[in-house]
Parts: sequence; C-alpha cells; structure tokens
Amino acid sequence: MHLVYPAVLAVLLFCVGLYGVLARRNAVLMLMSVELMLAAVSLNLVAFDVWTRDALHSGQVFTLFLIALAAAEIGIGLAIVLLVYRRRGTVAVDRLRALRETADGGPPHLDGGPPHLDSDPSSAEVPDGQAPDGAAAPVAPGQETTP
Amino acid sequence: MSPTSPAFATATLADAAGREFLSPSGVEIVFVLVGVVVLGAAVLCVTSRQLVHAALYLVVALGGLAVQYLLLTAEFIAWVQVLIYLGSVVVLLLFGLMLTRAPIGRSPDADSRNRPVALVVALAAAVTLVTLVVDAFRTTWIELDVPHGRSDALGESLFRYWVLPFEALSVLLLAALVGAIVISRTGRADSSAPSAGRSKDAEGER
Repeated sequence: MHLVYPAVLAVLLFCVGLYGVLARRNAVLMLMSVELMLAAVSLNLVAFDVWTRDALHSGQVFTLFLIALAAAEIGIGLAIVLLVYRRRGTVAVDRLRALRETADGGPPHLDGGPPHLDSDPSSAEVPDGQAPDGAAAPVAPGQETTP
Repeated sequence: MSPTSPAFATATLADAAGREFLSPSGVEIVFVLVGVVVLGAAVLCVTSRQLVHAALYLVVALGGLAVQYLLLTAEFIAWVQVLIYLGSVVVLLLFGLMLTRAPIGRSPDADSRNRPVALVVALAAAVTLVTLVVDAFRTTWIELDVPHGRSDALGESLFRYWVLPFEALSVLLLAALVGAIVISRTGRADSSAPSAGRSKDAEGER
C-alpha cells in the first residue's frame, strides 16, 4: 500500500477535527472534535509503525496508550462540562467569560454568567428558573397588542 | 526516513518491482473507499446541527478507522479501537449530551460566530499538510504481505519492553477516575455518597 493514502487520510481527518474545535460552540461537540483529532494521530502512528516494521512495535503500543489517554481525557472533560452546566446552566463555550481580560487590563466583567460564582450549589437551579422568565418577557408585550 | 534504513531499501525495491502510484492494488482501493466514508462521517459530525446525530456520525467515523487499522494489518489496535472508542467513549459522549439537556431536534446555536475563520484555518492547514505529506512520501510503499501487529507479538513487546509506561498509565487512569468523581460530586455536607449526590442533581436538572 502506498504510504500516502493513510497519511493523507490522517491529515484530512485532523483538519476536520481542527475545524470542529474552532467552530463548535457546545462543549460536548468540541470534545467530539478533539476525539477526531486524536484518532487521526493514531492512524498516523499505526501507518508509520507498519511501514518501518519496528521490532518493538513502538507506534502501535503508543496508539494503545493514546486510546487509554483519550478515554481518561473524555471522562475528565465531561465531568468538567457537567460541573459547568450545573453551575452556569449552559455549555456554550463563548458564554463563559468570567476569566476574560478586558482591553484596559482592569478587572474582568462578570457578565458572562450568573453572579453566584462562589455560592453553594443549592442555587444551581437558578439559571434554569431564570431562562423561561427571560424568554417570556419579550413575548408579553406582543400578547398584549394582539387583542 | 533516512536513506540507509531497511524500510527505505525495501520500498525502493518494491518501486523497482513495477509498482506505480496510478495503478492501485485491491487493498488501496478498499482503503480509499472506507476513507471516503470516514471523512464524510467526520465532516457530518462537525457540521451536523442535531447533536445526537453528530455523536452517531462519530461512531461511523471511528468504526471506519477500525477497518483501516485492519487493512494496515494492525488487528489488535482495531479491536481495541472498537472496544474502547465505540464502546465507552461514544457512550460517555451520549451521556454528556443527555445530561446537559441537548435538544432532540435541530439546535440553531451549535456553531459559534467564528465559523468562517475556522473554515479558513482548517482549509489552510489541510492544503499545507497534504502538499507536504504527498511530496515527502511520494515514493514510499508499505509492505503488507507479512502482518505487523498481531496480538501475540504486540503483547510480547508491550509487556517486555513497555511495562513501565503501561503501569504509569494505569496509575494515570486511576487518578483520572478519582478526579472525575471528585469534580462531579456536590459539595453538600449531607450528600455522603457521590452517587447519591449525582442522582439528586440529575433529578434537579429535570
């Protein structure tokens, strides 16, 4: 088999994963794109290991380690995503702005999420309760003008 | 990749034996066909607006990659890929989608606003890397006559030469397990067991 085929497939798969990481907004979908990138790296490792006929099977053994590391990464990543969802009520990565820097170097604005950052988790349902109210508020004048 | 390596010598011998780039063998044709399926599923996975469908397209892409490993005679890696990726990682991702209350139908905000920038970056990286890879490995062939990556040979080298990284990896998996439990348990004093806290929060989210 020509070595170009697996190498080009790995490159294209990696670039698809790169697009997904940059373009996706849901954090779980970002984790899926990271999985695609890791799978592309695994394909490269296996192809080059079969090409060089390594006596120690370095590429394939490292692919095994990479698969196990991907499993650990997805577990930790999903735990963090679930914690963020429980605290903030959203998993959109561009709405999590509590740690962003402003242009003048001042303190960051906390408009990225609900202001109960360091409160107890018993108020975790607050963003869930706020979301229907905020969605219902613009609807109310329209209902008033209808009759 | 040095010219004195034996793999390069066999590649040049195979090159002299009459192989050409434009006359693909049967394995190469199957590889290209499955590769098209893998790439299409990956593109659908990163562009689909239905979140659960994206996870199922990821299953197709990773399963196709397992077929590619089989074509490259790395059978043990292929079955590990099927077991761990398709068996546990995708199930974890589906659980993550459900626990974050992903909508069933189309979700309009699955992509962020910097989508054109991401497209430009990905296309530029793809063009650059494909040009580089094709130019670098134009005259290189993989010998697939003798299987490389059977389970017995791979296990022997894994437990003879790679034992220390293997054990370190097991410790890392344990640390990741403990870390995931610590992260996902609630900080309440009355929740003694983490599983009780999680089920309670899952009820609270509903």
